[in-house]
Amino acid sequence: MSVNQHTHAGPPYGQPQPGYQGYQQPAYGGQPLPGVPHTQYGAYNGPMPGYQQPVPPQGSVRALPTSGAPPPASGTSLPSGHQGYSQFGQGDVQNGIPTSTAPMQRPPASQPFLPGSAPAPVSQPSTFQQYGPPPSSVQQLSNHMAGMTIGSTSISAPPPAGLGYGPPTSVPPVSGSFSATGSGLYTPYTASQGPPPPSVPQGLPLAQPPFSGQSVPTQRLPTEVPGFAPPPSSTGIGPSSYPPSTGPHPGPPMSGLHGPPPPTHPPQPGYQMQQNGSFGQVRGPQPNYGGAYPGTPNYGSQPGPPPKRLDPDSIPSPIQVIEDDRSNRGSEPFVTGVRGQVPPLVTTNFLVKDQGNASPRYIRCTSYNIPCTSDMAKQSQVPLAAVIKPLATLPPEEALPYLVDHGESGPVRCNRCKAYMCPFMQFIEGGRRFQCCFCSCVTEVPAHYFQHLDHTGKRVDFYDRPELSLGSYEFLATVDYCKNNKFPSPPAFIFMIDVSYNAVKSGLVRLICEELKSILDYLPREGNMEESAIRVGFVTYNKVLHFYNVKSSLAQPQMMVVSDVADMFVPLLDGFLVNVNESRTVIASLLDQIPEMFADTRETETVFGPVIQAGLEALKAAECAGKLFIFHTSLPIAEAPGKLKNRDDKKLINTDKEKTLFQPQTSFYSNLAKDCVAQGCCVDLFLFPNQYLDVATLGVVTYQTGGSIYKYAYFQLETDQDRFLNDLRRDVQKEVGFDAVMRVRTSTGIRATDFFGAFYMSNTTDVEMAGLDCDKTITVEFKHDDKLSEDSGALLQCALLYTSCAGQRRLRIHNLSLNCCTQLADLYRNCETDTLINYLAKYAYRGVLSSPVKAVRDSLINQCAQILACYRKNCASPSSAGQLILPECMKLLPVYLNCVLKSDVLQPGPEVTTDDRAYIRQLVTSMDVAETNVFFYPRLLPLTKADVDSDSLPAAIRNSEERLSKGDIYLLENGLNIFVWVGVNVQQGLIQNLFGVSSFSQISNTLSTLPVLENPFSKKVRSIIDMLHLQRSRYMKLIIVKQEDKLEMLFKHFLVEDKSLTGGASYVDFLCHMHKEIRQLLS
Amino acid sequence: MATYLEFIQQNEERDGVRFSWNVWPSSRLEATRMVVPLACLLTPLRERPDLPPVQYEPVLCSRPTCKAVLNPLCQVDYRAKLWACNFCFQRNQFPPAYAGISEVNQPAELMPQFSTIEYIVQRGPQTPLIFLYVVDTCLEEEDLQALKESLQMSLSLLPADALVGLITFGRMIQVHELSCEGISKSYVFRGTKDLTAKQIQDMLGLSRPAVPIQQGRPLQAPEQPVISSRFLQPVHKIDMNLTDLLGELQRDPWPVTQGKRPLRSTGVALSIAVGLLEGTFPNTGARIMLFTGGPPTQGPGMVVGDELKTPIRSWHDIEKDNARFMKKATKHYETLANRTATNGHCIDIYACALDQTGLLEMKCCANLTGGHMVMGDSFNTSLFKQTFQRVFNKGLNGEFRMAFGANLEVKTSRELKIAGAIGPCVSLNVKGPCVSENELGIGGTSQWKICGLDPCTTLAIYFEVVNQHNAPIPQGGRGAVQFVTQYQHSSTQKRIRVTTIARNWADAQSQLQHIEAAFDQEAAAVLMARLGVYRAESEEGPDVLRWLDRQLIRLCQKFGQYNKDDPNSFRLSESFSLYPQFMFHLRRSPFLQVFNNSPDESSYYRHHFARQDLTQSLIMIQPILYAYSFHGPPEPVLLDSSSILPDRILLMDTFFQIVIYLGETIAQWQKAGYQDMPEYENFKHLLQAPLDDAQEILQTRFPMPRYVHTEHGGSQARFLLSKVNPSQTHNNLYAWGQVSNGRATCIWEYCKMYIQIIVCIVAVLFYLIVFGLRLGAGCICPALLI
Repeated sequence: MSVNQHTHAGPPYGQPQPGYQGYQQPAYGGQPLPGVPHTQYGAYNGPMPGYQQPVPPQGSVRALPTSGAPPPASGTSLPSGHQGYSQFGQGDVQNGIPTSTAPMQRPPASQPFLPGSAPAPVSQPSTFQQYGPPPSSVQQLSNHMAGMTIGSTSISAPPPAGLGYGPPTSVPPVSGSFSATGSGLYTPYTASQGPPPPSVPQGLPLAQPPFSGQSVPTQRLPTEVPGFAPPPSSTGIGPSSYPPSTGPHPGPPMSGLHGPPPPTHPPQPGYQMQQNGSFGQVRGPQPNYGGAYPGTPNYGSQPGPPPKRLDPDSIPSPIQVIEDDRSNRGSEPFVTGVRGQVPPLVTTNFLVKDQGNASPRYIRCTSYNIPCTSDMAKQSQVPLAAVIKPLATLPPEEALPYLVDHGESGPVRCNRCKAYMCPFMQFIEGGRRFQCCFCSCVTEVPAHYFQHLDHTGKRVDFYDRPELSLGSYEFLATVDYCKNNKFPSPPAFIFMIDVSYNAVKSGLVRLICEELKSILDYLPREGNMEESAIRVGFVTYNKVLHFYNVKSSLAQPQMMVVSDVADMFVPLLDGFLVNVNESRTVIASLLDQIPEMFADTRETETVFGPVIQAGLEALKAAECAGKLFIFHTSLPIAEAPGKLKNRDDKKLINTDKEKTLFQPQTSFYSNLAKDCVAQGCCVDLFLFPNQYLDVATLGVVTYQTGGSIYKYAYFQLETDQDRFLNDLRRDVQKEVGFDAVMRVRTSTGIRATDFFGAFYMSNTTDVEMAGLDCDKTITVEFKHDDKLSEDSGALLQCALLYTSCAGQRRLRIHNLSLNCCTQLADLYRNCETDTLINYLAKYAYRGVLSSPVKAVRDSLINQCAQILACYRKNCASPSSAGQLILPECMKLLPVYLNCVLKSDVLQPGPEVTTDDRAYIRQLVTSMDVAETNVFFYPRLLPLTKADVDSDSLPAAIRNSEERLSKGDIYLLENGLNIFVWVGVNVQQGLIQNLFGVSSFSQISNTLSTLPVLENPFSKKVRSIIDMLHLQRSRYMKLIIVKQEDKLEMLFKHFLVEDKSLTGGASYVDFLCHMHKEIRQLLS
Repeated sequence: MATYLEFIQQNEERDGVRFSWNVWPSSRLEATRMVVPLACLLTPLRERPDLPPVQYEPVLCSRPTCKAVLNPLCQVDYRAKLWACNFCFQRNQFPPAYAGISEVNQPAELMPQFSTIEYIVQRGPQTPLIFLYVVDTCLEEEDLQALKESLQMSLSLLPADALVGLITFGRMIQVHELSCEGISKSYVFRGTKDLTAKQIQDMLGLSRPAVPIQQGRPLQAPEQPVISSRFLQPVHKIDMNLTDLLGELQRDPWPVTQGKRPLRSTGVALSIAVGLLEGTFPNTGARIMLFTGGPPTQGPGMVVGDELKTPIRSWHDIEKDNARFMKKATKHYETLANRTATNGHCIDIYACALDQTGLLEMKCCANLTGGHMVMGDSFNTSLFKQTFQRVFNKGLNGEFRMAFGANLEVKTSRELKIAGAIGPCVSLNVKGPCVSENELGIGGTSQWKICGLDPCTTLAIYFEVVNQHNAPIPQGGRGAVQFVTQYQHSSTQKRIRVTTIARNWADAQSQLQHIEAAFDQEAAAVLMARLGVYRAESEEGPDVLRWLDRQLIRLCQKFGQYNKDDPNSFRLSESFSLYPQFMFHLRRSPFLQVFNNSPDESSYYRHHFARQDLTQSLIMIQPILYAYSFHGPPEPVLLDSSSILPDRILLMDTFFQIVIYLGETIAQWQKAGYQDMPEYENFKHLLQAPLDDAQEILQTRFPMPRYVHTEHGGSQARFLLSKVNPSQTHNNLYAWGQVSNGRATCIWEYCKMYIQIIVCIVAVLFYLIVFGLRLGAGCICPALLI
């Protein structure tokens, strides 16, 4: 979403302007303009706090129906989109639309496809929902089925929007106008915008006030309004003068999105421009909203005061954006049939219908509209990246990828580039051959795969074959895809437990052994298999390793000690890896005895390298892939390969040598990792350090084999037990593929050039992972190596070859089609900030290995400034340089970027240990978009506002101390921790209900769980916490923070919009800084 | 010479000593000309049920370089309470405890009948015996099962307080901890890596004091006496445990693909066993008992690769220098053997397999440490089972027939020096005035260590007469030798057995007939054979044979009587009469002939030959053949093909095999079932007689011989046929055979072959005259030839 903030016009930061003097920032205050695609819609609607309910109406986006239809559509309004949609339901929504416009709108483009490809019309579900009602978006969807693009009939009528907006009515007209205008393309937008009238051109003046409207998230403050817009719009006019306009053009559409705001669009192109620019909208809304929003009032006032400080409420709010998207797009399924659609935000709860493109749960891109040339890409500086989570878990409502068996000859593939059969392959010559959509090579269709084509050139069995109609599916691999040309054996899990003094004394060993007894019944199994095929083995170690023979025929387990750690080997073959059910009694007896055997140990030294080697050797001997679960407590200082020394040195922080803290201290583990990957030995590491244990080095193998690290510093049984056990359970149970190789193929013109994540690469194209679980994500960056064409778009195919937990060799294929653009505005309109942040964070976190942290941060800031500056220069309507104009899709970029910059890795506080930083660094590298989102911008929920009677979460608030009230209790979660903050003035009753104690002072801050109390409030809070736990891949640590307690410092660290103690800028300050940077670039 | 025979026998019974010469030539030169060196066969622990050990310390000569033990040959001045050492002539005070001695009140060691006496002394703590089983698990299921049973059975045979340990190996080596409850623990080592003793001890946790890492806590926390008790535990405490443990032993689980041998890490397993004992119980009696079912195929000490297509080395390969692993492996085992010997432990090897198991390379482990070497086809045979059981046999006193860590010291009077010893011992490198510079066998020392020995263990000890010709020994002078054997008795007592013997000197020129008459041809044959076998270990077979022949020729030359150019005139005195015959069979014996024997077999035979006593050694050299027939009582017959008659049953004892052979007619009768007819009961008895006799031999023999029951024309008859002198079928195989041809006239009626030999010898003599220079002129002076 673009925020365009232009605050006051030129003098953005006020300084210049007299009036503002004080405000440097104020400028920001300006209202951001959103100008964006659907999301925006969502956003807009949502945005307005006030609107919330009422609002919805407005934004309706209507996408135009697909092809032909559009016209009517636009014009017409269909009644309640809702209904309509609902009917279409799956189908989709569609907005068909002009290509250029918002992604959604892409449909037009798609249309063509539609016919061909099956994708059904796309729908912009989200939009609809909200809009639906009101505006009635239009669109229609094509049903996938028939491929018929059917009616693009419906169109939304802006009118509804009217509801809230009514006043602004202008909308309708607008829309109308659009349609009228003819360009079907835009029209769609119009719809959305429709509502709000306002064009507020100049935003400045207005703007300000508006912003007050913080509410605005919406922002669309296009700064300028320029009327030009119109012309340029679609065409993308060259004239420089217009350029802006052009830019805007696209922009406009975007802005259009701003549903909330006035329908900028309406004004045809012209409007659009405005939109971009435009504050106008803001205003529009504001006025209207004014009343409605609480915020509004402020505005008024603010403006007044504006001076000194940029009002935080006036700058783009993540909360608002999230809420808007949720309300706009959360209720309709996201149908993937259309090329280049931007999916709903990760924070939105939506269903996905696979109609030819991979679900966003598998792949998300930074932009769904790729510049056609590398020049454009360079100019924009927007990284082109896809965040791929190949084995993502789907909600139960969504179907798992179908398994396709192409028989003995294996999957049908392109002869040249070896791409797998997918919906984009074009069958020719009556179906006897097909043309590869990636490299254009023509390949014979194997006889067994031949099928006639229908009159549209589609295979008759199109719908019977997942690989022709779906974006994600699996192939059964043949023996050619297996190591050594042998089908793999089922994988094995090996539990390797540190039994040195620390581990035993803390009760950890006993805990693990107890837990293992029950957890072994929940090993992952495939589909409907009765029992898991996975075999298990056990090792304990301190300075030496103890292997256990738990063969079912033994009366008692046998322990085999290997003290030759210098040259590790596995002492037994038979009986080490066993089937749990067969050896149940022996295993139970072993797990009973382990804590006893080592109860008196005095051994404090441990080894680590040999432990992994042992596991590796065991898997080698058993000729299978597998996973090691290593429970480790200390720096491995015993004499053995991989021995480490304590090299922690805080003095290195902020020096050029800081990077060494992130680098492994020896190459031993990298080499070991290589071997592990070759064998398919994935290493999961559970660390329980009481002091420095060099996560950066110990984690190397885990990292490169696709494993996970869990760290429990100062582990204490009472407080950390639940967290550890839950993590362990989940880690053991989660779906995982072994011995995986992933390759990303792209259509000619772009190429995957860089990969981020937990894996190993032995060449430049294949991502190898010993293990890949459902939480692991790989971020892939693309670069141009040629031109792309708008017509054919760009295709990605991610193929993952892996061994399932039952030992079946499979290929999972994800396909995604993207649009290409010649206009930068299209790019900006189809970006996804969350994904972008995911990429940037991973990029930066990798950077700290080789560059000083400061340089990394500067380059991050610089890149973002360039992105925004490019937008400003090429897409936003001309306005005073002092205005900060953010693309609608990226209006949160500054706030999120600031969070990344302030993160522990890039800007550590004094209490952050080197291990923590290394740990987080590795953690983030495998995170998906949802995780990075909440990790960098934690979710802050006012518990006291929760509706005890409903299932819903209370509305989140922004991460700033100002927003906390002393009388409330808040919950903050970032994927790793949950803080429950209790204000000093909280009602005693609440405290009693929640903590079971009578006063604030009696609340113990060592609680690791909330007491189970039988009252609605307690139940609600606990259910919220449980719900949060369910959403995260790790069990979060619960920390109770009392206001004005010493722990509060820690809590404040996560209030990311505030200035941090370690020198991190507040959101407002950072925004000003960004603006300055941008202005420098522009000038 | 009945008197000498009696004398010899008496001496043997009393002292366990047989000298080649019982009257000694008095000068070096003379002694050299005697051809057969002055030497003796000593059985240090010969069973003497009639000899009660005395419970005090021996009295030693006070001269530091002498320290001989007071013995009946010493001159004692009862009044002054002084005694003169008969070796160095030092005069010594009796210790205070001897204050009461007089001519009539002599301590035992001064009585002539106690020329051999045994002292029980209190030295150091007594440690129980230690038995460390090192068990190969790369066996066939049946074999392993049988072995497990044997081992379990053996636990009941061990002394109750003995410490026992278990190491198993295959691809890996497991050292089992025996004191665990609820879980069985073992330390595992890989079989490809040679570890130093220190590493092994570190890895077993032996080097750290008092860190019972994995000890069970409550029980023995306070008195964990020795850490190693984890691996070596008293039998009575853990026999149940160990029985179960043995019962659960599985075959080596590592897959063996087709065309491969299982990977067997014998070398490292032994190394670990040695290291374990070395670190825990140095210098106490301990047996490492290695049970292996095949050749070591990996790691240090590997003898053959794991590819089945590459066969294990043969003599042919060795001659061609084509045995890749032999040298390295031998070196590995030699190092181990030396370490073991240094620590006073011994290594037994029980190798049961159809193919070779690498005894050639491993032989030193048993040879240097006095351990047993047993070779069989399978652990599932009575041969192995009974042999193994017999290791734990008890002797006449109800004591185990084993002793450990013996230190044998030899002292001689001035005219003699010690040239060396051959037997299951290692040199302790103690130089001294009585050590000769010329070495025969393991020389250069006056003390040897015999880590494991039993009442039969016999060493050959060679002396050199150093008295110069021009310093005659007075008439009636006697030379003396004292053998002092300190050892750990199986009851764990420390004991010292002292044997002091004396022989008369005689001037070889004037009294040759005395010397001749005192020749012990049996002892001489064995002593020469040991020398020959010892040489054969390091020299080429033919060279050794030539050397033996030359010695025989020289002996005949020296002591034979003959007329020049007249072979028929040749005669030897009775005391030499059997000697050539022994030599003849020795030449044909597997100790010197490798043809038709694998290197392992040769090593096995030689091992036993080098440690058995005189009687057994003679049987090995010249197998005994008894004939049973209706014509009379059983009688010994010539080991000759002419002894094979249709109506005889033959019983042959070669030490390693016992063969019962039914003559053609007998066999037919047996087939016809006459033995079952009451009227032919005598036939039944005839059939039974050799069986009973064989049984008797089997009862006492260690190791169990291979027992063969065959008949005329049976395939197993080859065991007999290969041993007998083939006089009736074809000529013997020697290069010069055409000369002899078996047609020579008998000189002595009882031995046809003997004649042949002599004739051969004569022929050789001629041959030598002609080609003397070629054979090395130095050996024989032409002037002396006929």
